[in-house]
Amino acid sequence: MLSFLLAEIPRLFTSYNIILLLHAALVTLALSAVGCVVGLLLGFALSLARTSRRPILWPLKILALLYVEIVRRVPFLITLMMFFFGAQVLGFNFSPLLTAFIATSVISTAFVAEIVRAGLLAVRPAQIEAAAVMNFSAWQSFWQVRLPQAWPLILPPVFSYFVLFIKDTALASQAGVLELTQAGKILTTKGFSASLVYGAVLILYFVISYPLARLGTHLESRLGATRHSRPRRAV
Amino acid sequence: MAQLDIRGLVARYNDTTVLDGIDLTVERGEIVSLIGPSGSGKSTLLRVITGLLRPRAGAVSIGGEAIDYGDRRSLRRAREKLAIVFQQYNLFGNMSVLRNVMVAPVTIKKRARAEVETEARLLLGKVGLGDKLDAYPDELSGGQQQRVAIARALCLKPDILLLDEVTSALDPERVGEVLDTIKLLAAEHMTLLIVSHEMSFVREVSNRVVFMADGRVQEAGPPAQIFDAPQMPRTQAFVSRIMRHGAASDA
Repeated sequence: MLSFLLAEIPRLFTSYNIILLLHAALVTLALSAVGCVVGLLLGFALSLARTSRRPILWPLKILALLYVEIVRRVPFLITLMMFFFGAQVLGFNFSPLLTAFIATSVISTAFVAEIVRAGLLAVRPAQIEAAAVMNFSAWQSFWQVRLPQAWPLILPPVFSYFVLFIKDTALASQAGVLELTQAGKILTTKGFSASLVYGAVLILYFVISYPLARLGTHLESRLGATRHSRPRRAV
Repeated sequence: MAQLDIRGLVARYNDTTVLDGIDLTVERGEIVSLIGPSGSGKSTLLRVITGLLRPRAGAVSIGGEAIDYGDRRSLRRAREKLAIVFQQYNLFGNMSVLRNVMVAPVTIKKRARAEVETEARLLLGKVGLGDKLDAYPDELSGGQQQRVAIARALCLKPDILLLDEVTSALDPERVGEVLDTIKLLAAEHMTLLIVSHEMSFVREVSNRVVFMADGRVQEAGPPAQIFDAPQMPRTQAFVSRIMRHGAASDA
C-alpha cells in the first residue's frame, strides 16, 4: 500500500497538476482574503448602523437586522446557491467565481457584523454619556472611547470566525468554482490516489489558515488578557 | 443672576412622569443639595440639566442663557459651562488617569496641551492622586476613580459642577476621601449642585437644601431649617425617618 502511494507521487505531482493545485489554492486564498476584508469593512459599517441611535437610520437598521439574522441562520451552501441561481434568473451574467466572491463576502459580513455589534455593546453606555456631556461628538466618542475598548473584545472572535470561514469557502466548489476542494475532486476523478490528492489539499488549506489562526491567538493573548488593565499597542 | 435657573421643568420616562414641574435656582458660588427618597427624581433632574434626557416642558438656563435642548449648538454651549460627576465615575477605561483628565480640554476645547497637562497634574495632586497619573481606571479603587472623575470635571473649568450621588457606589471607608475632596471645592466657592444621601455631609457643606419627593420640590431652605425644623409634613417624615436610622453613614 505504502509503496503504491510512493510510486504514485511522481505521477500526481506533474508540473501541470502542481499548477492546478497552486492555482486552486490561490483562488481559495483570494476567496478567503476578500471575504475577510469585505466582511470586516462592511460588517463594521453594518454594526455601526445597528448600534446607532439616530432616528433617520432606522429603516437601515431594520434592513441590517433582517440581513444579519437571515444570513447567519441559512446554511452557507444555500446562500451560495441563491446567489448563483439568483444571478442567472435576474439576467446577470456573472462567472461562478465572481458569484462566489459576492456570496462569501455577504456571508462573512453578516457574521462579522454580529461580532462587532456585540463588542461595541459591551462598552458601558455610561462612558458614552460622560463623553457626550463633555461635548464629544458621536464620532469622537466612538473613535476615542468606544472603539478602543471594543477592539479587544472583537478581534479574537473575528479571527476564530475567519479560520472557520476559510474552510467554508470549499463550498464554492459546489458552484463549479475551481478552488482547492474542486481541484481535489478533479484530480481524483482523473484517477489519482484520493489519499495523496486530499493529503496535498489538506496541507494547502493548513498553509493558508495557520498564519491567520496564529495571528488570532497572538491577538487574543495580547488583547484578551490585558483588557482590564493596560491596553498595549495592538500588533 | 442665577448660575442655574430652572422653571416648571417636566420630564417623563415613557409614560411615567419623573419630574413634575421643578423650580430651582442655584446662585453663583452657592452650594445646593438635593435630598429625598429614591425615585423622587433627583438624579433625573441632573440628567435633564446635562441634556441626557429631554425635558417635556419647562425652561433651564445656565449663566443667564436659556438652553434649547432640541438645538445641538445651544446644548453644546450649555455643556461648555457645566460638568457632572456620576455615581459610577464613568472614567474612560482605555485611557490613563492623566489622559482621562486631559482628553476633553485638549481634544474638545482645543486648549494648549502643555497648559492643560500642568493643570491636570495640579488637580490630580489636589485630589491626592499625583502618584497615579499613569494608572488605568481598572487599577484603582472606587474612591480613587471617583477622585479622578472629580479632577476630570474640574479640568473643564465648569461654571457649575453637578455631583450625582458620588459616594453611593463606594465602600464605606472610601466615602470620606471623596467627601473631603468635595469640601475642598466648597471652600473655594465653586458653584455646586449636589445629589447626595450623606446627610451629615449635606448639612455641613450646603448653603441651601432642597427636599424632593414625587418629582416635585417639597421644601427648600437652609440646612438648619430642613433638618431641624422642617415645615412640610413630607419633609418631617423623611427627616425623622433618617434621624431614626442614624443617618446614611457619617462622613
